[in-house]
Amino acid sequence: MIQLQNIEKVYRTNTVETLALNSINLDIAKGEFLSIMGPSGCGKSTLLNIMGLLDMPSKGNIKINDQKTEHLSDKQLAHFRNQKLGFIFQSYHLINDLQVLDNVELPLLYRNSTAKERKMLATEALEKVGLANRVKHFPNQLSGGQKQRVAIARAIVGRPEIILADEPTGNLDSAMGSEILDILLQLNQKDGTTIVMVTHDENMAHKTHRLVRLFDGSQVQ
Amino acid sequence: MLKNYFKIAIAVLRRRKFFTFISLFGISFTLTILLVLTAFIDKVVGDNYPDKKRDRSLYINRLEESGKDNMSSGGPSYYFLNHYAGSMKTPVKMTIFSGSKGTNTYINNKKIAVDYKYTDANYWDVLEYDFLEGKPFNQQQVTNAERVAVISEDMKNEYFGDVPSVVGKYIEADNVKYKVTGVVKNIPVTSYMTYSQIYLPYTVSKTDYKNKGYLGDYSAILLAATTADVPKMQAEYEHIMQRVPMENKGFNVLYSHAEGYIASYVNTGNEKQSGVTLVLTILGTFVLLFMLLPTLNLVNVNITRIMERSSEIGVRKAFGASSKTLVYQFIVENIILTLLGGLIGLILSVIAIEVLNSANLIPNLVLSVNFTVLAIGLLICLIFGLLSGVYPAWRMSKLNVVTALKAQ
Repeated sequence: MIQLQNIEKVYRTNTVETLALNSINLDIAKGEFLSIMGPSGCGKSTLLNIMGLLDMPSKGNIKINDQKTEHLSDKQLAHFRNQKLGFIFQSYHLINDLQVLDNVELPLLYRNSTAKERKMLATEALEKVGLANRVKHFPNQLSGGQKQRVAIARAIVGRPEIILADEPTGNLDSAMGSEILDILLQLNQKDGTTIVMVTHDENMAHKTHRLVRLFDGSQVQ
Repeated sequence: MLKNYFKIAIAVLRRRKFFTFISLFGISFTLTILLVLTAFIDKVVGDNYPDKKRDRSLYINRLEESGKDNMSSGGPSYYFLNHYAGSMKTPVKMTIFSGSKGTNTYINNKKIAVDYKYTDANYWDVLEYDFLEGKPFNQQQVTNAERVAVISEDMKNEYFGDVPSVVGKYIEADNVKYKVTGVVKNIPVTSYMTYSQIYLPYTVSKTDYKNKGYLGDYSAILLAATTADVPKMQAEYEHIMQRVPMENKGFNVLYSHAEGYIASYVNTGNEKQSGVTLVLTILGTFVLLFMLLPTLNLVNVNITRIMERSSEIGVRKAFGASSKTLVYQFIVENIILTLLGGLIGLILSVIAIEVLNSANLIPNLVLSVNFTVLAIGLLICLIFGLLSGVYPAWRMSKLNVVTALKAQ
């Protein structure tokens, strides 16, 4: 499903060159739930961003569904992300000026869908995460756990094949964190969604199919 | 999609009230000034009372003589217009009239400032004044140099008070008494060619209208039979001008043009070409400079607003918005903002115009926001929205997703 070949990412300033990722080779199968662990600054989020086509590697190739991605234009990349990928971020990144329903509908705005379809799909996604009664609320009226559930609903509303979650439970207490992980596990088991999750929590990582560890930009496990 | 943009635009405006205030103030204030100015120009240029045959009229109101060491310019004299323009074949009618002059008169020991001008009898045929009572003086009265006058409604009320009729009564101006033959509807002073409070036959003028000097204080309107004859009439005047002898040896060039209304309005008189281009350039530069400051201010405010919204931009890009879509979104949002500013500007303009009208700063000039002014206002708003939105939108679209998401 996702193939990373010799991925390297270098950050350059005028004086310093930092190797954030070094020769990463990874194959993620369809329906797999993979977690990435490692100390802060080891390149976990960079790797996830590269998988999500949000950032470009300095070297190496990424194939998603056997499609090469390095030559895609800005418009094609945007379309690809819209169709295939869903993102969950540690700090939720909800748009505070929009109601919950409008936040969830967001990925569908960039598709040819009608307002009615958007509303129906967004309500369905919110039902899945148990927030159907919060559609008219604004993000700042919700708890951290609820916000992350809204973010999950937004990630799944377009029925993407892959969900990339960057420390989705990082800002939550353990009970909330477990709830979020349960939702992700269900998505993986019931819908067969491929999930890649960056986490600091060893227990959570062990509940997923496979664990990859990074250290100083290199894959150590 | 548009509904979503609208929701976001309104939410952003409500979130940062101070920024919103600055933006809206900048737009609405600029627009108010421009709309009042447009209403003024529209009124001055567009108001055709009593000059209703502009499409087949040409105006002569400037003359310039220049030589090696000296130059004179001003209005032509009665003699010059009568002698040269009067010899033209194309016009079906021509009128010669002086500019408006000020004098004082006294009524019940109270001093009143009055404006008066001299005209011929044709003046009342070429121009279509609305007579509230009486009638104009005729050719016979002009030839006989009868002391008769046509006065404006304002003059009637000021001089005679609230009386039903003043025809046959006498009005004193410049220590001479004139018999009123008619009362006409008021004209604002901005219609400078036709404005006056008292109209007198040129034959009663204290200055010698028979003086053969070329320069004076007169203007002429040439009336063609049809609009199609206007170019021919203009060419005929140019032709005549080429044959006019120099007034004296000190001069070797003589300019005078018979021009359309607007061209004659902006004519500076001392040039070979009309002043329209010059005036349009000056006006255009003024409007551009006037709009530049609030536009730059808005660009600045917009960039700040965008940087605050970098997380949103990152999310939208992550979930499938291309740079182009985001530029479109931001421009739409900005146009919503400017249209809102435009609406406020329009309301302020209506209020400003009402205040100006009621303050009667320029007597008899009643400004109004009409369709032209409204359309220009809307156009200005859209240009404003685009100008101030494009650069920030372009900056925004260049934001890297990861950087944008980290910025929160």
